Amino acid sequence: MLARAAGSSLAAHTGDFLHGILVTLEISSVGFLLALIAGTLLAIFRVSPLLPLRGFGTAYVEVFRNTPLLVLLLLMFFGLPEVGVTFGLLSSAILGLGFYEAAFVCEAVRSGINTVPPGQVEAARAIGLRHWQVLLEVVLPQALRAVVQPLGNLAIAAVLNSSLAAAIGNTDITGTANHVFADVVEPIPIYVGAGLTYLALSLVIGQLTGVLERRLVIVR
Amino acid sequence: MAGPLDVGARAAAPSAAVSGRAGPLVSIRAVNKSFGALHVLRDVDLTIERGEVVVVIGPSGSGKSTLCRCLNRLETIDSGEITFEGSPLPQEGRALASLRAEIGMVFQAFNLFGHKTILENVTLGPVKVRKMTRTDAVDKARALLERVGILDKADRYPAELSGGQQQRAAIARALAMDPALMLFDEPTSALDPEMISEVLDVMVSLANDGMTMLVVTHEMGFARRAADRVAFMDGGRILQIAPPSEFFAAPSNDRAREFLSKVLSH
Ligand SMILES: Nc1ncnc2c1ncn2[C@@H]1O[C@H](COP(=O)(O)OP(=O)(O)OP(=O)(O)O)[C@@H](O)[C@H]1O
Ligand SMILES: [Mg+2]
Repeated sequence: MLARAAGSSLAAHTGDFLHGILVTLEISSVGFLLALIAGTLLAIFRVSPLLPLRGFGTAYVEVFRNTPLLVLLLLMFFGLPEVGVTFGLLSSAILGLGFYEAAFVCEAVRSGINTVPPGQVEAARAIGLRHWQVLLEVVLPQALRAVVQPLGNLAIAAVLNSSLAAAIGNTDITGTANHVFADVVEPIPIYVGAGLTYLALSLVIGQLTGVLERRLVIVR
Repeated sequence: MAGPLDVGARAAAPSAAVSGRAGPLVSIRAVNKSFGALHVLRDVDLTIERGEVVVVIGPSGSGKSTLCRCLNRLETIDSGEITFEGSPLPQEGRALASLRAEIGMVFQAFNLFGHKTILENVTLGPVKVRKMTRTDAVDKARALLERVGILDKADRYPAELSGGQQQRAAIARALAMDPALMLFDEPTSALDPEMISEVLDVMVSLANDGMTMLVVTHEMGFARRAADRVAFMDGGRILQIAPPSEFFAAPSNDRAREFLSKVLSH
């Protein structure tokens, strides 16, 4: 994957860095999407009238929020094959990150659900909507709008946390930086460059979050 | 549905018998309800005939809202029986949702859906519950908004409307389901005085059109104008129920007399 450029200058690794950015984007965007879906489902579980669902939601959050992501990734990639489940490098990183962040998304969405006035839920039930329709039509749209900012922060966290995927061998930004460092011993430009790339991605997400929040705000 | 009550009801409401739906629309018998140690409804009996307007009055905490909310099972009862169109209220699931679709409810706090426009608030039930096409639902919603006098606000969000306009939108939302019964729980209590009459006017016109209504209110003027019967509640019991002329002329009950003198002196 890495160009072994003769002469070994940093410029010869431009393609590697670009590829690394793509890998980071893939892990963090797919991972965050997974976290968004799983986390929202978990939040629904946590406010469900059914005790087993509530119990599952709570247990999930406690386990995944209190386990280091690096440990999760190592377990995904090296542990699961021991019990007969094998995921590739990229899939392991995406799934590990997604399931980890789902716990945080769950808590953000749950706090959003708590901002929806209970009277609106009663009004929705009173016109004959079923439990799931009340969630889909009235509760979730307002809950998600209320937590655009915290979800944006979690999206940034997904990008930054995805750097741990390098630890199991992914050639994301951090992984590429490690490889290039092994080839060209110029740690400061390599790692400052990597850091600045993460910073740029985070700033873009922060801006997008602000735009989204202004567009989706609900006047009360 | 046997018993002397039924015979009287049929005799009193021949139109119901003709349409093949005999008996009262709602029958509440010996209903009890507690919140923990607090006994909120005590042996409540009440029947509501089709087309009848029953106004419930009484001091704060007497159980008026709870009674209202038991009728569409937003609250469950501990004992006794409530029937709607002759059948006991369904326990849960699809059947309960269908029952609720038949019973419109208007809340003190309006409770419009904040992320939806007024028009979307009114079309939600018809589209999602009644499975009406969107065009039909929009036509119907616009007609109802016209009727309650806020068609010009159709594309606004609830927070952009005054309290009186929001409450009229909430009434339109409930009417969009073509309910057989409308419940009003203090619909004007959260309104500034100058907006009360615009909501009451809509309610009076509904009553005149023959809508069956249970109305909890402190508006004695509305009770006089629109009620067929006034029920006075205190301590979880209905202490007196009588036509407004009779009730206001001579409350048979000491607590009712005391309550009336307080409300009317304001
Ligand atoms: N969900 C609940 N949990 C516990 N207590 C409740 C609940 N809802 C009502 N209560 C209590 O039950 C009693 C009757 O309440 P309810 O709301 O039916 O009275 P009300 O006649 O409507 O009074 P108001 O005129 O103040 O609206 C009150 O003491 C109230 O505090
Ligand atoms: Mg009340």
